[in-house]
Amino acid sequence: MTYIAKPRVYHSGLRENPLGLTIRDYEGGLSTLCAGCGHDSITTALVQACWELALKPEQVIKLSGIGCSSKTPAYFLSGSHGFNSVHGRMPAVATGALAANRDLVCIGISGDGDSLSIGFGQFAHAVRRNLNMLYIIENNGVYGLTKGQFSASADPGSKAKYGEINRNQSIDPVAAAITLGGSFAARAFSGDKDQLVPMIKAGLRHPGCAVIDVVSPCVTFNDHEGSTKSYAHTRSNSHQVVHVDFVPPAEPITARQTDGQQVPVRLHDGSTILLRKTDPDYEPTDRLTAMACLERHRRKREIVTGVLFMDTDLAEFHQIAGTSSGALTDLAFEDLNPGNDKLQALQQKLR
Amino acid sequence: MSQVNDFVIKIATVNGTGSASANSLLMKALFRMGIPVTGKNLFPSNIQGLPTWYEIRASHAGYRARSGRVDMMVAMNAQTYGKDLAEVSPGGYLIYDSSWPRDRQLARQDVHLLGIPLAAMVNEQYGNARVRILMKNIAYVGALCALMAIDRDVVKALLEETFAAKPKLVDSNLQAIQLGHDYAKEHFDCPLPIRAEPMAATVDHVMIDGNSAAALGCLFAGATVGAWYPITPSTSLMDAFEKYCRQLRRDPDTDAKRYCIVQAEDELAAAGMVLGAGWAGARAFTPTSGPGISLMSEFIGYAYYTEIPAVFFDIQRVGPSTGMPTRTQQCDLMAAAYASHGDTRHPVLLPADPAECFELAVTAFDLAESLQTPVFVLSDLDIGMNDWMIPKLTWDDDYRPDRGKVLDRQALEKIDKFHRYLDVDGDGIPWRSVPGTHPAGAFFTRGSGHNRYGGYTEDADAYQDVVDRLLVKWETARQRMPAGVLTRSTRPTEAGIIAYGSSDGAVTEALDRLAAEGLDLDYLRIRAFPFGDEIDAFLESHQRIFVVDQNRDGQMKSLLTLETDVDRNRLISIRHYNGMPIPSDLIYDQVRRILAREAVA
Ligand SMILES: Cc1ncc(C[n+]2csc(CCOP(=O)(O)OP(=O)(O)O)c2C)c(N)n1
Ligand code: SF4
Ligand SMILES: [Mg+2]
Repeated sequence: MTYIAKPRVYHSGLRENPLGLTIRDYEGGLSTLCAGCGHDSITTALVQACWELALKPEQVIKLSGIGCSSKTPAYFLSGSHGFNSVHGRMPAVATGALAANRDLVCIGISGDGDSLSIGFGQFAHAVRRNLNMLYIIENNGVYGLTKGQFSASADPGSKAKYGEINRNQSIDPVAAAITLGGSFAARAFSGDKDQLVPMIKAGLRHPGCAVIDVVSPCVTFNDHEGSTKSYAHTRSNSHQVVHVDFVPPAEPITARQTDGQQVPVRLHDGSTILLRKTDPDYEPTDRLTAMACLERHRRKREIVTGVLFMDTDLAEFHQIAGTSSGALTDLAFEDLNPGNDKLQALQQKLR
Repeated sequence: MSQVNDFVIKIATVNGTGSASANSLLMKALFRMGIPVTGKNLFPSNIQGLPTWYEIRASHAGYRARSGRVDMMVAMNAQTYGKDLAEVSPGGYLIYDSSWPRDRQLARQDVHLLGIPLAAMVNEQYGNARVRILMKNIAYVGALCALMAIDRDVVKALLEETFAAKPKLVDSNLQAIQLGHDYAKEHFDCPLPIRAEPMAATVDHVMIDGNSAAALGCLFAGATVGAWYPITPSTSLMDAFEKYCRQLRRDPDTDAKRYCIVQAEDELAAAGMVLGAGWAGARAFTPTSGPGISLMSEFIGYAYYTEIPAVFFDIQRVGPSTGMPTRTQQCDLMAAAYASHGDTRHPVLLPADPAECFELAVTAFDLAESLQTPVFVLSDLDIGMNDWMIPKLTWDDDYRPDRGKVLDRQALEKIDKFHRYLDVDGDGIPWRSVPGTHPAGAFFTRGSGHNRYGGYTEDADAYQDVVDRLLVKWETARQRMPAGVLTRSTRPTEAGIIAYGSSDGAVTEALDRLAAEGLDLDYLRIRAFPFGDEIDAFLESHQRIFVVDQNRDGQMKSLLTLETDVDRNRLISIRHYNGMPIPSDLIYDQVRRILAREAVA
């Protein structure tokens, strides 16, 4: 085979992370989403988080379903393998990829249509299997790509672009993840990078399925009066319970100063995240508290953000399965094939 | 007339009464006596209380199909007694439980009725209700030992092996054998003309079902990821894979698993997992059946277009819809060959018995990886769940998997720009890379329109360029498929017969009978789709070609007319689709009738 080798062009003047990579190395193709789309802000936060964590791009896989949101893996980490799968089925592909190679860092991007309607089953099972991945739902309350139909996360009473009122109950992915036995359930707002970047980092380091519901307004179909997922509505109604900072072991990042109590949580890989409560009563390690908090704010039509629940001790997918450490894809054929002698011995029982 | 080592025993029981172990004991005993046997389990889609039958055919000639004959009926189910009696071939025998009065309405002059008070005997011997039910089954095996000269020492040895850990059970089982045996010896003229006699035709053979053999194939091929959703008749494939992996695929130091099996939430997910694992560089597979294939279709088309290796085992059952889950057919041929929307075609492998399930499972992984495409192994319930006698499986320790064109770290280091869908070698197969190797290997997999470089496209030419290249790959695939098996008749003939999969045994037997009457046919057994040149050659060189299908619509005949230049008027369809494995009589009768009519005309 023939490939033309080309020298690599290095950027200058940009800060490098411990791998010697600049933030440019974590970017992807040019976004083709609508200008101002909340999804693009999430992409920017992901780039920042991965760069700060100094993830090796080739060690990362980014997967998605179908939708505007699911297009975004093309817009970050061009040095990583991407998999834009079929509608609602990203979790299955992630499960298979991680089954094969548990050393990969898996970023799953989905939409509210993708995960809460067509893919609700797969979302649920990725959560209950505690698959070691970051699972981002870019939640705009509509099907953006098919032009503005209500999604299952649209709030009752919200009005679609052409005046139609949603009368069905909405599904809250955070509440769902908690009741499904999830180990990490959080919510952020796409427009608040200070909250989102550390939360993504925490999710990436969490040893299990980290679900982050990111309220991500669709400027084209859901950013108008009457929509509870509009910029205006979210900004004025969002209530932050917990602020997350991430401190990698090698290079501690100064935590953003806020008043309140710190809850340090030590992760399995040895790093520590510091949860800073803005609400002194909040306990992110208790499901009952989390559910009550969600319900309390829901009644007030407030969107509560922050890490609502986390449990870093819950066994993840491979621990449950009892798989050998290291990627199955790294095993030599000799370690996989028992050989003819074993085949003959085994057939003694078949006579 | 004496029928030594050439008979069919059929046992009619109620499911959930433990007759399965008695029946396999009986079959294994014949096998250990050196007599070729096959066992067919005709069971209901139910856990307890419905009629079930087990058919054992002993054939010194080695025929393995159903013959359409029943020489010895063991009628243990009052519900089906009338039907079972009617099925016995003239001159045959029927054993019934004479503990209760027999329905006198149901009688036949041309069948020997042998009453044995099985229930009464075991009830007297054993106190426990559960044991009584189980031992009644063992007692009829004992009676058959006397009636059909089945070696009781062999039976004893088998029981000792089965219950090695529970010697007490050996004794009680042997007692039940004795009861049945002694009663028969005392009351009937033993042995009957229909009987067994030791021979040496099963040396170096084993009895195995196709699903177990396929599972071994997956294990030996180095498959590490299996995803599935339970469905009859494919479930036992994953059960067997898990069992063999537990024994043979553990880390010697830590005992951890060197495999990962995921019981998915449904077949859509199972397919997605297989794709994810294949994309990440593992050998991955899913076993399923018709309804599962329907659900997996979207992902199958995705894998075709994005060129991801994946192996699908379809253990076919009766469709459409839920159909008859515990009955057999070859009804998914078309569904597999063209699975998913859009222009899609997939390689399909067609094993005829468990030996080929093992062999073709390995081939499937090699083809899936070297062609970077989903590959189907189309087995069926008859092959997958029934016990077949096959030559002992062997493994070539020099085998190394064909991983196809995968760029490793060293190769990627030398490359600045890698293009996923570029046909650099002219065979239609591009190079791929797996995650975790090297940043230069990064690419974006998408089911939406893409160009040869892997980029998103809606450009007419760039789109067409890729799907046209997939046709080049299809031609490469065609040349790599396992060839069909040609069996020429002893005399030159213009008549031919084409069959595939589990019809093989019935065809082979029918052809021997036809040849004995001077009717000669060449036989081509197709082992794969796309069709190789040997199939075109066979179609061209025969004027009348019978095509045997175990489905209503003659799917292989359709596929041949679609995918070759054959004149469809030369093809005559033989179809069998009631859910029972195809009997040799059916093929013999139809071919004979048509050829005889044409000879007259
Ligand atoms: C099987 C299938 N059905 C329907 C579609 C059409 N479709 C594409 S995107 C989409 C909705 C996406 O909504 P969401 O996940 O919320 O993403 P958003 O565009 O809002 O980011 C639908 C219904 C599809 N691609 N596949
Ligand atoms: S339609 Fe909405 S969700 Fe889609 S790109 Fe535009 S703003 Fe974003
Ligand atoms: Mg949406």
